[in-house]
Amino acid sequence: MGFLDIDNTTKSYGAVEVLHQVHISIEEGEFLVLVGPSGCGKSTLLNMIAGLEEISSGEIRIKDQVMNGVHPSKRNIAMVFQSYALYPNMTVGQNITFGLEMHGIPKPEREKAMKEVAELLQIEQLLDRKPGALSGGQRQRVAMGRALVRDPDVFLFDEPLSNLDAKLRVDMRTEIKKLHQKLGTTIVYVTHDQIEAMTLSTRIAVMYGGYVQQLGTPQEIYDSPANIFVATFMGSPAMNVMPAKVALKDGRPFAVVELHDGTPAELPFSQDNLAAWDGRGIMLGIRPETITDEDAADRKSSNIAPMTNRITVTEPAGSDTFVTMTLGGKDVIARMRSDADVRPGADFKFSVNMEKAVAFDPETEMRIAP
Amino acid sequence: MSLATQDSAIRTGRVTRTLIYLVLLLFALFYMLPLYVMVVNSVKPLDEITGGGMMNLPQVFTLEPWAKAWSSAQIGVDPTGLKPYFWNSIKMVVPAVIVSTVLGALNGYVLTKWRFRGDTILFGLMLFACFIPFQIVLIPMARMLGLMGMAGTTWGLVLVHVVYGIGFTTLYFRNYYAVFPTELIRAAQIDGAGFFQIFWRILLPSSGPIAVVSIIWQFTNIWNDFLFGASFAGADSQPMTVALNNLVQSSTGVKEYNVHFAGAILAALPTLLVYIVAGRYFVRGLMAGSVKG
Ligand SMILES: Nc1ncnc2c1ncn2[C@@H]1O[C@H](COP(=O)(O)OP(=O)(O)O)[C@@H](O)[C@H]1O
Ligand SMILES: [Mg+2]
Repeated sequence: MGFLDIDNTTKSYGAVEVLHQVHISIEEGEFLVLVGPSGCGKSTLLNMIAGLEEISSGEIRIKDQVMNGVHPSKRNIAMVFQSYALYPNMTVGQNITFGLEMHGIPKPEREKAMKEVAELLQIEQLLDRKPGALSGGQRQRVAMGRALVRDPDVFLFDEPLSNLDAKLRVDMRTEIKKLHQKLGTTIVYVTHDQIEAMTLSTRIAVMYGGYVQQLGTPQEIYDSPANIFVATFMGSPAMNVMPAKVALKDGRPFAVVELHDGTPAELPFSQDNLAAWDGRGIMLGIRPETITDEDAADRKSSNIAPMTNRITVTEPAGSDTFVTMTLGGKDVIARMRSDADVRPGADFKFSVNMEKAVAFDPETEMRIAP
Repeated sequence: MSLATQDSAIRTGRVTRTLIYLVLLLFALFYMLPLYVMVVNSVKPLDEITGGGMMNLPQVFTLEPWAKAWSSAQIGVDPTGLKPYFWNSIKMVVPAVIVSTVLGALNGYVLTKWRFRGDTILFGLMLFACFIPFQIVLIPMARMLGLMGMAGTTWGLVLVHVVYGIGFTTLYFRNYYAVFPTELIRAAQIDGAGFFQIFWRILLPSSGPIAVVSIIWQFTNIWNDFLFGASFAGADSQPMTVALNNLVQSSTGVKEYNVHFAGAILAALPTLLVYIVAGRYFVRGLMAGSVKG
């Protein structure tokens, strides 16, 4: 039993099931991020935790209390909405204390709680303004203040940063992370942005098509993706996935991949159980940052494989240079140091960190676990 | 929208614009003419009118016709003037406008934020109410009022106007609330506000523009209504419009046109006043509803 349990929960609208058998359990103080492309059911799941959407089957429990059918205001949760949802006719102060007022908390206590939260979020000077007179970042803070003042068991965030410009988004992201570290509250956070998911979370649920594809720590999700969807969705640029064949040499499994001219390159696997796939096709997954020049190869890795291939495009991006090549018939991207000596059209000797490579079953698209 | 206006303003030349203003001015004069005739003749002694100078300014200025129309003219059988009927109208219009607007707002709230199975069909049926001709409901309504013991009373008239107005007020508020962010309602739910608290504290304070539209619309329609007033009112609940008709139709003695004109202006004054006070908001509210909805 965790702090928040989502137990075999499904959601249907009429005959259409939009969430299938979701099973998530987190401990107190965790930061769970629900991430996935638009329409995968993240908001629906969050609204079910909030009590804004009914649960079609299964159970949601907070602190071992079954929440099915419990009114949103009785769940001791607070929510920050994508549009902030500040009441336009009330001042910032009234916005923050409205929930307390509805719960019958006397005025002096409300004022005290409001002052504390305003101080924490540095919005004291805004308390008498109407939401219409605030900037996007200020509204965001007020929305968080309204959630914080309730001192809830669980915070729910639905894409809270997606209406902010890029710079402010990064700042607020850091701020939310700091707030979580300081207050230690349990948070469920919805986003379609995998970078937000990686940076904020202690646990990520990657969702797609109404299914939770994988639940794990950011590290697990990144290094051991459950399937091709998770592998390519998480990480930027996306993981390269290309067809390859498994071959045995002295009993050790190798990935055989076609270079730009169709000649085979042999890359040794670190994963011994792939020997069972001898002679069969797999999908090989290699992250862009694990393809480097020789000098930049990870010194701690026990399995660096050389590979010479032709460069098709180079894209300098300041700190890194992205290099595109054809491998296994696909465009494959390598993330190189900016001072690497790469020129389009030239052959280049790459180093591939095969310790980090993953293999997928081409039929099921599931990872072949070590 | 402002961009488009600016754009067309640049393209129309000076000549075209003068022409447009000229035509507009002509139309305006044409429409103002009846008002002119009414005002001018309501402040003349009767012999100046019967002498054949309808369009002339008064030679002798008098407020006598106004005083007579208000307090002593013959209405039907009694020389009461329009005064008691004016109050009848007020007693009917004010509650009818308030009740139909509040009910329309509640309907709009439920139809957009507390959706249920079949709500669109229900809304469609309510819209249908806007298109039912008055004549069709006269007899059934008379029967209903009789059964409820409200025949011939002001409250009966209030009920009729509320029922007839709900279709319109619901339409206005539903379209206005359809674009009101649902996340606000959800936030209020999580904050612990109930059905009516959300309505009073969150929704109504943001409903100013559409409330003005609804109030003006209902006020004008109910104040100006003649048919329901003539059909359902009793002797002591007749509204202003019916009384005006009786004033003009009273066949005892000479026709006092100046008094009739003054009475007609008196009957039209409240709606004029409402337009002058709140007309700006009316247009603004209609735009807010239509553009976004
Ligand atoms: N009220 C509804 N009726 C029918 N289908 C809905 C309703 N709300 C959401 N859906 C469907 O459920 C799926 C998940 O929606 P949502 O949770 O909003 O996705 P996300 O937040 O991940 O973008 C979508 O395919 C959407 O079309
Ligand atoms: Mg969403």
